[in-house]
Amino acid sequence: MLLNQFLILGAVLFSIGVYGVIARRNAVLVLMSIELILNSVNINLLAFSLRSGTADGHTFALYVIAVAAAEVGVGLAMVLLMYRNRRSIGLDELAEMKG
Amino acid sequence: MLAADLLVAQNVGFYLIAGVMVVGALRVVTSNNVVHAALWLVVVLAGAAAQYVLLAAEFVAITQVLVYIGAVMVLFLFGTMLTRARIGAEKDLNNKNWVLGVPVAVLMLATMVIALNDGFGNEQLPLDAPPINTETISDQIFGPYLLPFWALSFVLLAAVIGAIVLARKD
Repeated sequence: MLLNQFLILGAVLFSIGVYGVIARRNAVLVLMSIELILNSVNINLLAFSLRSGTADGHTFALYVIAVAAAEVGVGLAMVLLMYRNRRSIGLDELAEMKG
Repeated sequence: MLAADLLVAQNVGFYLIAGVMVVGALRVVTSNNVVHAALWLVVVLAGAAAQYVLLAAEFVAITQVLVYIGAVMVLFLFGTMLTRARIGAEKDLNNKNWVLGVPVAVLMLATMVIALNDGFGNEQLPLDAPPINTETISDQIFGPYLLPFWALSFVLLAAVIGAIVLARKD
């Protein structure tokens, strides 16, 4: 198998995730797009780990999974708080910092 | 090139799973139903786990299934249900100028594909790489990567406390 297969799959998923972060207005969907991005990074890490023959990429991928879980927990708590305060989770309504 | 070097079964598996993953990812970012997007995300995450198996990373694949498909998806569905009055299709899930995302994503993808083709071209993954088992990974985590592991424990603790503080009703 080519190394590039996996790297390009990661690139495609990364780009789709970036599109989701830019295009989506709903906060939960933005969090899902961030999950796509983190998964594409994991695919890259594991492909390079297989290439180099060391376990460093595996360790990093596990750490990325743990950080992603923490991020989703805090992110959804923030979304919940936002919903409670303004009955909506549209990200474009958070415009208090606009001058 | 010998037929044995082509790894037909692995390649067919890779392209099948990759196709399903890309379609699922596109549905995640284009679906107009949050619950459907979450379920398509399950497809993408399961496909990623399958790719990890193809990359000889069984432990990470199992962790992916346990943590992502088990825990994170439940969190997402809970978040969806706690923040919406109704479950169903909606009109305003996208920004007004969502079209801007398309050229950004396409340009980024083109740049990365060109760079990857430049850098790695036709490089083959090694077939005779030593297997990396759970023992090796645990030796890594509790050896040279112990300090990041501690930091990660604090991150998780802070995230748990932060989530409770944020979501608590006073």
